[in-house]
Amino acid sequence: MRTMTTTVMTGNEAAATAAKLARVQVVAAYPITPQSPVVETISAWVESGELPAEFVAVESEHSALSVCIGASTVGARAFTATSANGLAYMTEQVWWAAGARLPIVMCIANRAMAAPWNVLNDQQDSMSVRDAGWVQLYCRDNSEILDTTVQAFRIAEECDLPVMVCYDGFLLSHTMMPVDVPDAATVDAFLPPRPAPLQVVDPADPRNVGPVVMAAPRADADGEPHGGYFEIRADHQRALLAAAEAVERANADWAAATGRDWGGLTWDYRLDDADIVLVAAGSLATQLTVAADELRDARIAAGVLGIRCYRPFPADEIAARLAGRALAIVFDKAMSYGYEGPIAGDIKTALFGREEAPRVHGVVCGLGGRDVPVSELVDAVRRAMATPTAGAPAAPSAAIDAASTEWLGLAEKSVS
Amino acid sequence: MARRKVTGMSDRLRYAEISQSRPAEGEAGRTGDWRSKRPVLEAATCSAVKQGRESCQICWVYCPDASIARGVPPVIDLEYCKGCGICAEVCPTGSIAMQPEAEHGVCELPEGAE
Repeated sequence: MRTMTTTVMTGNEAAATAAKLARVQVVAAYPITPQSPVVETISAWVESGELPAEFVAVESEHSALSVCIGASTVGARAFTATSANGLAYMTEQVWWAAGARLPIVMCIANRAMAAPWNVLNDQQDSMSVRDAGWVQLYCRDNSEILDTTVQAFRIAEECDLPVMVCYDGFLLSHTMMPVDVPDAATVDAFLPPRPAPLQVVDPADPRNVGPVVMAAPRADADGEPHGGYFEIRADHQRALLAAAEAVERANADWAAATGRDWGGLTWDYRLDDADIVLVAAGSLATQLTVAADELRDARIAAGVLGIRCYRPFPADEIAARLAGRALAIVFDKAMSYGYEGPIAGDIKTALFGREEAPRVHGVVCGLGGRDVPVSELVDAVRRAMATPTAGAPAAPSAAIDAASTEWLGLAEKSVS
Repeated sequence: MARRKVTGMSDRLRYAEISQSRPAEGEAGRTGDWRSKRPVLEAATCSAVKQGRESCQICWVYCPDASIARGVPPVIDLEYCKGCGICAEVCPTGSIAMQPEAEHGVCELPEGAE
């Protein structure tokens, strides 16, 4: 009989538990706050024999992902986790894992990028590698971290793409919550052993994986035509776009097996009749649901659209859910410096040229762990509603004021 | 650059072009046309020819692209030789000369060059 056990655990423990349930074979990692407890937990399980996996202790994050790349290339199910500057340090291999189409799963306990040095939460780290060709999923609580990390392996192995499971540092990584832990049989039925890898290294069929590729297509030694760099990149993009369907299917199958439906690409709260839509990814979006309740109490028709899958970006789904609304207020915990918040910018792009598109107002908040109380979120909505130019097409995106990208709770220089 | 054989594979390999190659002659393309200088072996002074057996073969050992076949004398495959000149450097009898391709009519010498 399949059973579900409710355990109180941190987000990091939920991530580690998911890796164990997924029967990972190789884990390589370097400690960094706030991710460290993920791999410390896994390393203890490997040491005790509870998890029959190879744990490779390395001297840097660059090596951590390099080991995962090697392991994944010979067919192993590989896992790692990192944060902030650790992710930045492995950036070269982040691109390599994606371009080589390796189904590695990496948890990101989201943390602010230095400088200035800061170990607290925002989403600048993973947002800064959104273009590298990984699937990126953002979680709103610890149960979702466990479920999404298990789903990530199936998505990765179906699409031959690496997947980042992102969750807010400290807010989720170190906060205890009840988590429903499925039993091994449930996960085994959902996640079969890794299928024959695309990049197989087999002594009976020797091949060189990842050699230099010219820009143009050309024939191999047998005269068979093959793509050049350009064609290989186009295949990568097609695979990433097709991954949206795999994300939805993984969520649906998981919901059927466990009763927990996290919404696939996006999720919503009190959205049906909402004129004002509050948008965010991760735990911030959970907080927006509380803000929406307060606004509803004040007879403001507010609802929440949560972004679960950020890459591939579900542009059509987001545009459909925003059609006919008056105003979308996008709360970003990251910046594309010199322009605007990344989710706000992507949503504007998704809506370009569509009929019934709402105004889109960007708000940046919570950088470096700055507290974002619900009252400030409610105030930001009220300010945006009272500012006719907020989110209007003419608003200069890169400015910092109530009409363009607003920095929530920004202090005036007050030291005299 | 081989696309993995898709016979019997499911849809998961639809977009499966990755960078990979097999150890086969010519898999990296006809690299001979990268060459600006051509190795030309003078058989009369080659050690193996003088000794009448497959001796020396140092050029075969050192060729980084496996473009030299063992023999009396060794045979250079100009289809794939990139013209790096290592064989000429290592030949103990100085029997390999690197000659500009222009002298072989492959391309024209720049104006004023000799």
